[in-house]
Amino acid sequence: MPVIEIASKQVHVNDEGFMTEYEEWSEEIARVLAQQIEVDLTEEHWKIIRFLREDFKTEGETATSRRVQTVGGVPIKEQFVLFPKKPAKKMAYVAGLPKPKGCV
Amino acid sequence: MRNIVVLGGGTAGTMVVNKLRKKLKSGSWHITIVDQDNDHIYQPGLLLVPFGVYEPIQLVKKRNHFFPHGVTFIEAEIDRVEAQLNQVILTDSRTLPYDYLIIATGTSPRPDQTPGMDDPKVWRKTVFDFFTLEGSTALRSALEKWEGGTLVVQICEMPIKCPVAPLEFAFLADAFFEKKKMREKVKIVYVTPLEGAFTKPVCSQQLGYMLHDRQIELEPDFMIERIDPQTRTMHSMDEREIPFDLLVTVPVNMGADFIARSGLGDELNYVPVDKETFLSKKFTNVFALGDASDIPASKAGSVAHFAVELFADNFVEYVEGKPMTHRFDGHANCFIESGHGKGLLIDFNYTTEPLRGKFPIPIIGPLPLLKESRLNHLGKLAFRWIYWNLLIKGRNIPIPALMSMAGKERPVEK
Repeated sequence: MPVIEIASKQVHVNDEGFMTEYEEWSEEIARVLAQQIEVDLTEEHWKIIRFLREDFKTEGETATSRRVQTVGGVPIKEQFVLFPKKPAKKMAYVAGLPKPKGCV
Repeated sequence: MRNIVVLGGGTAGTMVVNKLRKKLKSGSWHITIVDQDNDHIYQPGLLLVPFGVYEPIQLVKKRNHFFPHGVTFIEAEIDRVEAQLNQVILTDSRTLPYDYLIIATGTSPRPDQTPGMDDPKVWRKTVFDFFTLEGSTALRSALEKWEGGTLVVQICEMPIKCPVAPLEFAFLADAFFEKKKMREKVKIVYVTPLEGAFTKPVCSQQLGYMLHDRQIELEPDFMIERIDPQTRTMHSMDEREIPFDLLVTVPVNMGADFIARSGLGDELNYVPVDKETFLSKKFTNVFALGDASDIPASKAGSVAHFAVELFADNFVEYVEGKPMTHRFDGHANCFIESGHGKGLLIDFNYTTEPLRGKFPIPIIGPLPLLKESRLNHLGKLAFRWIYWNLLIKGRNIPIPALMSMAGKERPVEK
């Protein structure tokens, strides 16, 4: 697993650049990750990111778009506005979590 | 006397009662299986009904013909499970107490989850599902008289039952219209919420080429918001629009509603379980098998088959108070019809994606993996016999439950 420096911290990432260590994440790192995918973080974004972080802690996996809608309370349509084109992937990326298992 | 109640008499439920009846003494264990009807459908055949390969009636047999002696079959609807009280309540108010509960009620297409889809102006007139007997039969009539235009094959949301089926449908449609000498009158578009043709990289690339070769357009990352029945247009969450003359959709798939009513499901009504043993994360005497669970594997009969084999051995250990020693690896083994009498075979698990190579089967010989061949198509057709005569009766078939790397070509490390 590669180790890279984000916001002057060493973090572990996978081949696609997703963070692999839950504890290495911080809000400062999230800001840098968001910049890299050209997302300006607003309070609406943070609401999703905090939900994903908390949900991962209890469930052990990244919430899908549907779960962010039904449990997190942010409609899928709005997720597409906040994190354009690929919300599930982008939300997980900024929250320092693995890509959600969508699909096999 | 201890009670096992199995909910659902489909592929997983039928296999599990056959396996358990052999392993558990009938003097000490009572096994009951519940289903809302007595029609067992050979689901892999549904894909071929629209193209006239099978008559719908060829795919249906009585469920109870496949339950062994010593298993009680109750034909009734399930109202709810009261897991705290270890009992199942049927809609006719009967109560079934259990020591162990096995939920195997599968997954179903839910067109009502997408606005406009089940509008009577379009549903099964220009918008069709093919994973129900009614849907595939209605689609057959529509294809027979269709004169051409834009055919859209589309997936609403993952996970779905048999994730390769919509791709197979697109390949078979291409071959079907070519045979009818009207391929040039048909534009085929494949629309998916995934990033590519399939989920796993090597396979996605191969299947992507196959779409391209057949002049099937690919529209990835398309998450449907609604269908406009007036203009026959699909709208995505990010404001893209795709018009269609004929839409073959895989609606949102969900587990049974009683699972939600019983507080046993996730947001799609799947039962959260340990992915290696299928034991519920909430209750120590509840298991979920087949499509009804939330394991991150394909919702497919082959997965259910491999899973049930391991489960039956584990279950015997579990009820004796011993640790369960078998661990499921997510093994799936699927034939993919590619049209013109050919097919592909893929074999994979939780951690190994479908790879190229050869798949060894005793006697029958090696089948090519992730590559089109006539042999794989014949394998798919032969599977119907294997399904009814060996698989659901819990007899052994010569494919190991855990995936093997034998014959597979490892991808070059990056």
